[in-house]
Amino acid sequence: MNASSSTVFIGVGNPFRSDDGAGIAVVRRLRGEVPPRVRIQEESGDGTELLEAWKDADCVILVDAVLSGAPPGTIHRLDARTEKLPTWFSHSSTHAFGVAEAIELARAMGDLPARLIVYGIEGLDFSAGTELSPEVAEVVPAAANLILQEILHLPAVRSAGST
Amino acid sequence: MNAKSLKVDFLARVEGEGGFHLKVKDQSVKEAKLNIFEPPRFFEAFLRGRKFTEAPDITARICGICPIAYQMSACHAAEDAFAAKPEGAIRELRRLIYCGEWIESHALHIYLLHAPDFLGYEDAIQMAKDHPDAVQRGLRLKKIGNAIMTLLGGREIHPINIRVGGFYKAPSKAQLQTLEEDLKWARDASVETALWVATFTFPDFQRDYEFVALRHPSEYPLNEGRLVSNKGLDIPISEYEQHFAEEHVQHSNALHSTLQERGAYFVGPLARYNLNFEKLSPAAKDAAKRSGLGRECRNPFQGILVRAVETVYACDEALRIISTYNPPDRPAIEVVPRAGMGHGCTEAPRGILYHKYAFDERGLILSAKIVPPTAQNLKTIEEDLTDYVSTRLHLPNDRLQWQCEQAVRNYDPCISCATHFLRVRIERE
Repeated sequence: MNASSSTVFIGVGNPFRSDDGAGIAVVRRLRGEVPPRVRIQEESGDGTELLEAWKDADCVILVDAVLSGAPPGTIHRLDARTEKLPTWFSHSSTHAFGVAEAIELARAMGDLPARLIVYGIEGLDFSAGTELSPEVAEVVPAAANLILQEILHLPAVRSAGST
Repeated sequence: MNAKSLKVDFLARVEGEGGFHLKVKDQSVKEAKLNIFEPPRFFEAFLRGRKFTEAPDITARICGICPIAYQMSACHAAEDAFAAKPEGAIRELRRLIYCGEWIESHALHIYLLHAPDFLGYEDAIQMAKDHPDAVQRGLRLKKIGNAIMTLLGGREIHPINIRVGGFYKAPSKAQLQTLEEDLKWARDASVETALWVATFTFPDFQRDYEFVALRHPSEYPLNEGRLVSNKGLDIPISEYEQHFAEEHVQHSNALHSTLQERGAYFVGPLARYNLNFEKLSPAAKDAAKRSGLGRECRNPFQGILVRAVETVYACDEALRIISTYNPPDRPAIEVVPRAGMGHGCTEAPRGILYHKYAFDERGLILSAKIVPPTAQNLKTIEEDLTDYVSTRLHLPNDRLQWQCEQAVRNYDPCISCATHFLRVRIERE
């Protein structure tokens, strides 16, 4: 496996849970935009699936909806290698064993990818529904652009692109 | 400890969020209210006007943990309405994919959600530091369950290969055989799981429950059977609504299900085990015996043990299906819609999941009703908490909270539909 094939971009969420679908919305917006060598994956947020999804990856970019108390539409960025995920990170998930748990479990077992960047989009409404709140829908393009720039500047992606 | 009110942070390790509230006065429990479940009304409304073919995929979105259960109940309900009955290899493939869901769901609950309670850890992450091998075994078991779902379902989360009448595409024998080696490992690992769980200390607790599960004449129930109980219930699933009622309770968005004649009831692994023990495979019965379970188990804390036994069964059953499988001539039977009512009831990992639909002559959904297992256990969980806490009021709040959480998790409540964070509140007056 070459370096470029081990970069994964994961969108997490449930589009039937209103703003919980924000991460999926970002991923869908970026399909066709990110270099083909970056594997794109949509996940429901089941932590054990995430462990599988990034198993052979050196570099992982993940985006999920969160509920931290910040204004809706706030975009958070965390480097999971250097900081523990705050507990609020998993509290918007419908999974008991979600994103934060998967990351902390991987850390406990020494299985974290070499690079793991987590984006969180602050949601407002996580009730059943298929629409994003206006405040959240509004920031999806900006979040997508931020993430795209980060992906394009990843060393693995850049070096693969130049060959 | 008078007039003491305590708000505790999030209750982790139940699917979704919710809350419970205990009110204690004069050293007795006045109220135990559980608010961890939102009925799938949105989905019921969303289904109206859609074609019968869409019901399995839409309802699968209700729960990321047990999509197969939702798809199966939806398929069976539509087939019931349209007098279609897939048999033979299609029926076997349905059992196989359901086994995959049981394996992955039970492994998740046993290892990552419930075991930490028994071993005294805050969560699986803390537990992993001291028990890395156990956590790895749980993760691998779960992955093997997922592999069955991926192979048959197209993908494990919200599988796309399931349809009313059968499947879009049936696997070859050789494809199924790729699962065999892992499943043999999984069967052994499930036995080990049962023996490991058997070393836990279980609180001495039981009540006079009414257990409700499906019962089939020749197999441990997954997709089909009559609804039976240990207190005389024995009905076809089409009579569900004549015996079970949903009552709206004020403290919760949830509808609490009750048996009209007798009140609260208990669904899930313990109910299945008690009502269908004879139908377990020899290896599963043996694992039960070796882990100290009798023919009957009434202690909800031992549900974790019964889950392990059911995981042995699911691996065994999956292996049996694979070894006798011959692909069907067609992956699905023809289904011709007509106006009418259809019922579906299957055994989700957490217990019976009931669906009812009314269709018009084109197969469009006129109305839908979905009763998930967790809604059916809510009243029993509240009663458990009341009884359990009553004898433990001398404990400090943090200890009491821990034990309450453990008691709630006995039921592996799936509250994916909940929109409110679960806060534990113990109020002492």
